Amino acid sequence: MSFEESERLESVPPSGIRRYFELAEEYDDIISLGVGEPDFAPPWAARDAAIGSLERGQTSYTPNRGLRELREEIAAHTSEKYDLDYDPDEEILVTAGASEALDLAFRAFHDPGDKVAVSQPSYLSYVPGATLAGADVIDVPTRPEDDFKLTPEVLEAAGAAEADTLVMCYPNNPTGATMTREELAPVAEFVREHDLRVFADEIYAALSYEHEHTSIATLPGMRERTVVFNGFSKAYAMTGLRLGYALAPPEAIEAMNRIHQYTMLSAPTTAQHAAIEALRNCESDVAEMRAQYDRRRNFVLSRFEEMGLDCFPASGAFYVFPECPWEDSDAFAEALIEEQGVAVVPGDVFGTGGDGHLRVTYATGLGDLKEALARIEEFID
Amino acid sequence: MSSREQILPLLRENARYSTEDLARQTGLDESEVEATIQELERDGVVKGYRAIVDRDKVEPERVRASVELNVTLDRETGYDDIAERLAKFPEVQGLRLVSGDFDFAMDVEGDSMSEVSHFISEKVAPVPEITQTVTHYIMETYKEGGVEFGDGDDDDRLSISP
Ligand SMILES: Cc1ncc(COP(=O)(O)O)c(C=O)c1O
Repeated sequence: MSFEESERLESVPPSGIRRYFELAEEYDDIISLGVGEPDFAPPWAARDAAIGSLERGQTSYTPNRGLRELREEIAAHTSEKYDLDYDPDEEILVTAGASEALDLAFRAFHDPGDKVAVSQPSYLSYVPGATLAGADVIDVPTRPEDDFKLTPEVLEAAGAAEADTLVMCYPNNPTGATMTREELAPVAEFVREHDLRVFADEIYAALSYEHEHTSIATLPGMRERTVVFNGFSKAYAMTGLRLGYALAPPEAIEAMNRIHQYTMLSAPTTAQHAAIEALRNCESDVAEMRAQYDRRRNFVLSRFEEMGLDCFPASGAFYVFPECPWEDSDAFAEALIEEQGVAVVPGDVFGTGGDGHLRVTYATGLGDLKEALARIEEFID
Repeated sequence: MSSREQILPLLRENARYSTEDLARQTGLDESEVEATIQELERDGVVKGYRAIVDRDKVEPERVRASVELNVTLDRETGYDDIAERLAKFPEVQGLRLVSGDFDFAMDVEGDSMSEVSHFISEKVAPVPEITQTVTHYIMETYKEGGVEFGDGDDDDRLSISP
């Protein structure tokens, strides 16, 4: 007997981000603009609620779908903020991060050979998630000239009409792109026309700076074919607490829960208690973090403009996605770490549409951000 | 959002942001930023700029006390009259009229405990309307002006993550 990898796993390459991580780890004084998580701590009230739940010994499993109280809060919150009305009993599943929910969805609805169209550049887990579920991936590269928004043209060109599922993420990691209701409408039309289902990763919904976030599930005819993914990692800076959720019609949640009940049982209990408090009493903390991100975003975009680095005005999440001044963005990122001690991630790591760009995170205090930008300026001069 | 509403939270966060930094963060022109700050100062919205200092780290340490005052008013004297009189003393660093068991909460500062005690007994207690003073010496400051005094938390995030 040996540990030879399964064919499925063999077709999943090691994460392209690993190289930069290892490189960055070699240096002590690095300023990293390569991080995919908030620099804030979770609101204290949420942490305090987690501590309180531990003191009371609330550490057993919860119902598979999550604490009923939490599902009610999620239902109230998503309804109020995003017009997403989901039933706490049948249409919400609380998971160990949005990551788990995505994995469940890939596995619950795909047979070998099914096709999953992934809007690119994208968060790193979609392609492996689809591949491990046995599906074939169709890359849908979005274009710089569209500010990395999804359009029926790019979907058509990529052959997404043949797909069973479309995976999309706005506000987007890594580009910071967002889409308005008007911009989503033609995408929804394409999806309906070709009878796709949609996985809408909306984990950055709370971080949309130029306009209110619109969920594609709120467009006509979309609710019944969409799974919405969200969580507490970004808006509430709770990454390590590992808590997310999926919103979908009853039969979809039922299917995802069938895997979840065997593989996870229930999402982390302590995190669920923190999340209840986060939803009830931490809106002002979220507003304050959002205001700070927005100011840093302005700061970075204004500095890029000054140093002549082309960058579309990203309006969501905590990333900007400038064009790389060198042809080879991998070489640029490596040299930037080695020579200036500043880490960014080359865009091609995030898939086909991302080449020639850099992902720059502004989830970093203004002092460090300023210094890092000064070093980038020096480097490209 | 008005330029005032944009600038004020930033000044409160860090009054030493340069005009340029303020402009970049808000998307306003530097000249607009300057004009807004001048206006805030002229209108008395911004009263001044000061450092938040952890005094335990400064020598010589000053003594601070928070003092509760009870007063009785009469026909001729109101809270404002008493407040004005007390606020003039340089020892008084803060003065607020509050609800509850006492009337004024006053912050006093001096070089030594005896200096502060002396100030309370010689200057404050004799004011005819003041019926009672309770002095609490400050022993340790954990948070001031919204800033926690501690070592701060390290950034323990991975240097690169998806
Ligand atoms: C687009 C996107 N989706 C999902 C996740 C993972 O979220 P969670 O921490 O809830 O698993 C991330 C984290 O970086 C992300 O950027």
